[in-house]
Amino acid sequence: MSDEINVKDINAHDKELLTDIQDALANCMKCGNCMAVCPIYKEVGKENSVARGKISLMEGVLSGKLPISSNFEKAMSMCLSCKACATNCPCGVPADELIVRGRQAVVKARGLGPIKKKVFALLKNRQLFDFSLRMAGLFAPLSFKKLPGKMGTIARFPMPGMDVKRVTAPMSASPLRSQHPEVIKVANPKMRVGFFTGCTINYMYTDVGQATINVLKANNIEVVMPSMQHCCGTPVFYSGDVDSAKVFAKHNLETFDSYNFDYIIASCGSCTEAFKIEYVHMFKDDPKMKALAEKISKKTYEISEFLVDVVKFDKTKLGPVNATVTMHDPCHMVRGIKVTKQPREILKAIPGLKFVEMSKPDRCCGSGGSFSMSYYELSRQVNDRKIADIGSTKADIVATSCGTCRMHIMDGLEQNNMDKETLHVIQILDRSYQAGSKK
Amino acid sequence: MQQNHIDALKKIVGEDNVMTSTEDLFSYSYDATPGHAHMPDAVVTPANTNEVSQIMKLANANKIPVYPRGSGTNLSAGCVPTKGGIVLLMTRFNKIVEIDLENLVAVAEPGVIVADLNSTVAVSGLIYPPDPGTVATATLGGTVCENAGGLRGLKYGVSKHYVMGLEVVLANGDIMNTGGKNVKDVSGYDMTKLFTGSEGTLCVITKIIAKLVPAPEAKKAMMAIFNDLDDAGKAVSGIIAAKIIPATLEIMDNATIRTVEDYMKIGLPLAAQAILLIEVDGNPTVVEQEAAKVMTVLKSNNAATVQIAKDDAERDKLWAARRAALPALAKLRPTTFVEDATVPRNKVPDFLRAVSAAAQKHNVTIGTFGHAGDGNMHPTIVCDIRDAEEMKRVYLAMDEMFKTAIALGGTLSGEHGIGLGKLPWMENQHGAVSMNVMRSIKRTLDPNLILNPGKLVGEC
Repeated sequence: MSDEINVKDINAHDKELLTDIQDALANCMKCGNCMAVCPIYKEVGKENSVARGKISLMEGVLSGKLPISSNFEKAMSMCLSCKACATNCPCGVPADELIVRGRQAVVKARGLGPIKKKVFALLKNRQLFDFSLRMAGLFAPLSFKKLPGKMGTIARFPMPGMDVKRVTAPMSASPLRSQHPEVIKVANPKMRVGFFTGCTINYMYTDVGQATINVLKANNIEVVMPSMQHCCGTPVFYSGDVDSAKVFAKHNLETFDSYNFDYIIASCGSCTEAFKIEYVHMFKDDPKMKALAEKISKKTYEISEFLVDVVKFDKTKLGPVNATVTMHDPCHMVRGIKVTKQPREILKAIPGLKFVEMSKPDRCCGSGGSFSMSYYELSRQVNDRKIADIGSTKADIVATSCGTCRMHIMDGLEQNNMDKETLHVIQILDRSYQAGSKK
Repeated sequence: MQQNHIDALKKIVGEDNVMTSTEDLFSYSYDATPGHAHMPDAVVTPANTNEVSQIMKLANANKIPVYPRGSGTNLSAGCVPTKGGIVLLMTRFNKIVEIDLENLVAVAEPGVIVADLNSTVAVSGLIYPPDPGTVATATLGGTVCENAGGLRGLKYGVSKHYVMGLEVVLANGDIMNTGGKNVKDVSGYDMTKLFTGSEGTLCVITKIIAKLVPAPEAKKAMMAIFNDLDDAGKAVSGIIAAKIIPATLEIMDNATIRTVEDYMKIGLPLAAQAILLIEVDGNPTVVEQEAAKVMTVLKSNNAATVQIAKDDAERDKLWAARRAALPALAKLRPTTFVEDATVPRNKVPDFLRAVSAAAQKHNVTIGTFGHAGDGNMHPTIVCDIRDAEEMKRVYLAMDEMFKTAIALGGTLSGEHGIGLGKLPWMENQHGAVSMNVMRSIKRTLDPNLILNPGKLVGEC
């Protein structure tokens, strides 16, 4: 074989990267039903911004008509992974997963983009990652200005990759797991749960983590936050770097398995989905790891699901929260782990709270995790529709169960000059318990 | 197409509205019809009628083919740019210009999504009745071009019954207005009707004046299961003979029933030869009376079981099987052809039998469901387009199916259009004289044959 590589070789190589999903792609009948629900297509209106178009591009690569080009990469990146297309597909095509496979092919054919490459390299080193984010927390006040009364900050000066107006979450000076011992004991615990905090809760929204601990304690549950836990891997997984995602998955599975918990909980839809669904998929060809992933999956619950279905949380100690509340369903809650009833049941159980459903509560908020970093303006357009729906409810508080949704909705409310709080469901429940204890 | 043409297009619509990258062209090489794809040379998104006119002048002078396109959900390959040239993407024409409540008329641009028009007029208690399966994605322009129908065709008709007037751009770039808001209008040839259903071969539609009707106050759904296909057929004719025109009168054949049951496990009897789903709508009192009459007709025609929905939840349950028909069939195999051959309603049982016979003879999987009330059937062929041998058998079965429909006094297409998909049988249905007349109309309005060339009437 000569050292020279020509276009034909590249196309043949690119083709190979997608060969195993050939049948899955062929199941798309191109009906275009995904156009009705895709938030990106609604804004962009171009065929390759919707699932049908992306699937066609992958078929184009498979047929040797298209290379894995920068345009192909751009098309694959234009997806919020909100799963609306897959849910609405009459043929049951898992377009969201196929698009991740398209990204994976891009990573293999063209490598990760320079920014993601750096961030993910950092992510993979747990100690260095922890150190960097702690430093970020310590120095945050120098670069970000806190918004009064809110868990939000805006940049003091322009930063690369950040829109100057954008409201983001504050980096906590002290991460959640440093604020507490590993084991948080209660008298006569009725069970012992492992709390997978996830990165947003550990480093930014420590208020959500604190509320989770408070509520579990109020329900007589011993909480353990394994110190060696690491990022769930979702951000790298959705960027197509599946090999790195597996490193995170294996680490977390083994760490949590070693404690032999009764249950494992997370207060983030995406983290829960990783533990409950994605880890099992990731190791489908590795029987030993798959068995471990299945064992952990069965023990894992999202916090509201856990409180309602398993704990049957104590309603006798609830005090009033006098506010009108509406609820945004994060994509990975409603279409990932399919948990929508339980957070509402919690909210509706709180005395004094008036619950108002917004129009299309399950429509993506436009964040898409790291999508809003790469395409801020577009993610704002998607979010503006959500903010309009929130606005018409006249609610005081927007409840949601995902850190990145919370951040993006907070930003949207600020940009649209709406004075409302955005809280995790568990924080509102925590307020209710606190009000109850003051009685 | 040459670079100077691309440059000229960019001058007309602006740089951002002309797409020429390989990936973009590939994305507009297909529609929802399996087996047809061809790359265009440019995808152009005009913003207004004047821009469309300039594009047409340029294309006409240089004999560049132009393919108007909405959401690309066409089922007869009507959007496929088979000869290269310009895909004219009309999605920026997305404004509802006027809702005229005194004349019950909507004026809208062709890029408006049909469901969006309906949700806008629903606030005023009105509906725009044509509701094809793709109502949530298809554009008004696309449905008018294809003369789309839907589930309510029996009582409410199809697109052509609701288009009162049009603004169009002709092949030479001239702008023309047809019809208007008049309920009665016999002035001149009915150009509105000619352009409605012309599948982009005669003009580019740039504005639509559409008729709206009051939304029915009440609905009532019923379902009946038959062990004999002829009994189901007689029940359909019986309902109409009882002087009831249901909004919906749907049928599913045995193959479809089996597939749906396998997919949903809702307890449908596998031996049933037909299921009818009937919905009457209108004034609440009349709806109750009509529903009672329908139930009598169903029972007197030996329905094995009959059900009537007491509330919305029960209505949803009855509809579940019919709604699942296409998804359940489509999930069986990778490739799905949804056809729309139509026969006079009293020939529906004959047609269904012929389709099952053709499926058996050529060893292909076909489930048929459809609008029994108006005879519009949807034989749905599921296969794998990557298997050349199987595709040969599929086309043989299709050939038999279409020829049977024609022999029964039916038509190739009830609502999807001819495009390329059904072109091979056009001569069979219409004969040489009709085809000649149609082709001479095409040649008169589009002498350079640039508008969606080769479709509907074939090569001229």
